[in-house]
Amino acid sequence: MNGTVLLCVTVAGQTEGSLATPWHCNKEGHTYFCSAVLKKAKALPFYLVPTVLHKTRPTSADSKSIWVKMASSFARVLSSKRKVGILSLVGAGSLTVGFFLNREHVNAGSNVRRIYPASAEYPDLRKHNNCMASHLTPAIYAKLCDKSTPNGYTLDEAIQTGVDNPGHPFIKTVGMVAGDEESYGVFADLFNPVIKERHNGYDACNMKHPTDLDYSKIRGGVFDDKYVLSSRVRTGRSIRGLSLPPACTRAERREVERVVIDALAGLKGDLAGKYFSLTIMTDQEQQQLIDDHFLFDKPVSPLLTCAGMARDWPDARGIWHNNEKTFLVWVNEEDHTRVISMEKGGNMKRVFERFCKGLLEVEKLIQEKGWEFMWNENLGYILTCPSNLGTGLRAGVHVNLPRLSKDTRFSKILDNLRLQKRGTGGVDTAAVGSTFDISNLDRLGQSEVQLVQTVIDGVNYLIECEKKLEKGQDIKIPPPISQFK
Amino acid sequence: MPFGNTHNNFKLNFSVDDEYPDLTKHNNHMAKLLTKEIYAKLRDKQTPTGYTLDDVIQTGVDNPGHPFIMTVGCVAGDEESYEVFKDLLDPVISDRHGGYKATDKHKTDLNFENLKGGDDLDPNYVLSSRVRTGRSIKGYALPPHNTRGERRAVERLSVEALNSLDGEFKGKYYPLKSMTDAEQEQLINDHFLFDKPVSPLLLAAGMARDWPDGRGIWHNENKTFLVWVNEEDHLRVIAMQKGGNMKEVFKRFCVGLQRIEEIFKKHNHGFMWNEHLGFILTCPSNLGTGLRGGVHVKLPKLSTHAKFEEILTRLRLQKRGTGGVDTASVGGVFDISNADRIGSSEVDQVQCVVDGVKLMVEMEKKLEKGESIDSMIPAQK
Repeated sequence: MNGTVLLCVTVAGQTEGSLATPWHCNKEGHTYFCSAVLKKAKALPFYLVPTVLHKTRPTSADSKSIWVKMASSFARVLSSKRKVGILSLVGAGSLTVGFFLNREHVNAGSNVRRIYPASAEYPDLRKHNNCMASHLTPAIYAKLCDKSTPNGYTLDEAIQTGVDNPGHPFIKTVGMVAGDEESYGVFADLFNPVIKERHNGYDACNMKHPTDLDYSKIRGGVFDDKYVLSSRVRTGRSIRGLSLPPACTRAERREVERVVIDALAGLKGDLAGKYFSLTIMTDQEQQQLIDDHFLFDKPVSPLLTCAGMARDWPDARGIWHNNEKTFLVWVNEEDHTRVISMEKGGNMKRVFERFCKGLLEVEKLIQEKGWEFMWNENLGYILTCPSNLGTGLRAGVHVNLPRLSKDTRFSKILDNLRLQKRGTGGVDTAAVGSTFDISNLDRLGQSEVQLVQTVIDGVNYLIECEKKLEKGQDIKIPPPISQFK
Repeated sequence: MPFGNTHNNFKLNFSVDDEYPDLTKHNNHMAKLLTKEIYAKLRDKQTPTGYTLDDVIQTGVDNPGHPFIMTVGCVAGDEESYEVFKDLLDPVISDRHGGYKATDKHKTDLNFENLKGGDDLDPNYVLSSRVRTGRSIKGYALPPHNTRGERRAVERLSVEALNSLDGEFKGKYYPLKSMTDAEQEQLINDHFLFDKPVSPLLLAAGMARDWPDGRGIWHNENKTFLVWVNEEDHLRVIAMQKGGNMKEVFKRFCVGLQRIEEIFKKHNHGFMWNEHLGFILTCPSNLGTGLRGGVHVKLPKLSTHAKFEEILTRLRLQKRGTGGVDTASVGGVFDISNADRIGSSEVDQVQCVVDGVKLMVEMEKKLEKGESIDSMIPAQK
């Protein structure tokens, strides 16, 4: 798609300059201006922020709503205290927006201090076993080490956690994080191969990620309480326009908190609830949250602390939950928000319904105030860790499988069903007795509905196996289900 | 380059109120002294290497401190930090170092011959003697802020300098990342090996980044002179031996340090030093001499005496457990060392240790005989 437009640069309603220029939009929805524009733009007292311009996820078919959506996020930009020039261009069928930022206010890409050549700075990754170390060649390092996102996040910051945590021979961690939405674009030469490895071949340049929160499509999903002790679905959401936990300033983190709790305060009915700030929680409230297994602690994992996610703890961190304690939101832990729907017993269908309703309602509430979630059509929902891209969804149950768990075929069955097991304490814990946490392996490339259906179908199969073994019957390893639907 | 702080200019889009840290529950020198006004004044500054105020204070924001132990709560990322952020660091230095003023001058004296006595501490009580300090190489950023390239350059320079030492200083370098298991075992047994820091005070300041890249241990063949490279400072220099001959230890310390300094100067990379702050190190608590001279001494009776703490204070000494800072004493054996770092010279500080420990051993002997020590309690030095 392409066209020619008149770019008008306006600041606070005054037109500062205008240029006629060709532009084109590639199939990923990224907009490029011809270089002549950039040269002219440099002559203006503003410059174009090299940000990927996103098309908003359409919620309705008509293009009018896209314009309305964009208008609201750019109304927020206009009303912010930052001096911005707005460039608007109208082309065939889509409105895309970029903004010029006043040069005195932002130094995009020029903060990176370099006194040594890239070869002297390249990390020693010979003893490392993580996705970043597998893909960060000296050539990629040299290419990216001078770049930074518009907010100033650098490659060295993105990879620090992977340099500091060489990894484990058996567990391959990701080894890098994003400091903001633009990181995934600016450092795509490293993120894309990491994403491909972590998400089993997903090609971030060419593949599209489906988002689907239509819970009415779920079939089944009410498990036998004799086997399934609890059901839970979690994901994360990031607020577009604010840096992510590895890089956010205190002011940004506080703004995330304000935006989120303002929206959550608008939830009604079975979703109505209350916010507990970590900085001012009473001892009693803290004890209750611990007893409910809702409280999160300051991260101790070096994977998180080395990425800077525990800075300024506990400033602007907190926990929100509904009065019924079935819908929970963590604010500013490892992501801007972590959203969790859970209940005792096996009614995964209801858990997922509440999950979707809650998420969609929160999204509506933040949009009314001119905010939106970070999302794009290749990577789905943007979160701090590349492992959580796409849906960011982990749907799981605590299920009792005394016989099946001792069967030598257990792991293979899980693999083929595209499920993973964890202990009941969560990631990197051991099972207690024969109760396992069983959840989806995949995050990116399949929708929420598809992944939850996979868990439901898979857990049904596991329970069938357990029942067969109870009766002394034999079980079969199921054929592997396909990964990208 | 602690996380997220390289984009300082972006932060200026937010108001002071929005960015000012919440220090209401904090108890460290930085939190005590960082007013909103000082924060507003310094927040848009950076040193030539790009170190910012938020970098300086991050460790103090992340580690509120302890009701009884007052930590410093801020660090320097380079030599210029002490100048660019002096509106915060001068008051912190004054608070930490007993009123040391911004206009005061610090005296450096590494002439071991000026030390009186120190060769006659009773080895029945004084089990070992040790002197340590730190040095920073001019022209390179400090551990909280240096890049991998800088850290490796400091290592290269240091190893070259150390390997050119001879006589009693002839020794060998053991880089942490390529040490053999046998070498590691030996260094542990000699109590020389340092580990990756676990203290959140150091981690929050970014000092453990890229571990163990560029880190290592050098020691002489006699195992009496030891240098740590790129741990909490560019160099930590340690002279030690069993027994009570502090005079000999201090002599070796001074001679070794001066030899090393000569070699660095030849390469146009002397040590960071100025006449106000003395030797420049990462933590403001180590400015001046950066020197901790001490002994492991058996004082089971004296340590339980009601006036023990007061005696130490008057002698300008401090006690620690035998595991070092923040450890407990084992079997009545204490680590006794100088409390001061700035405002008095190396010789002055080691003299305090020598004189003070000698007196305390005599007190211990008196208490063993069941005699009173009241007449021996010294005046405030």
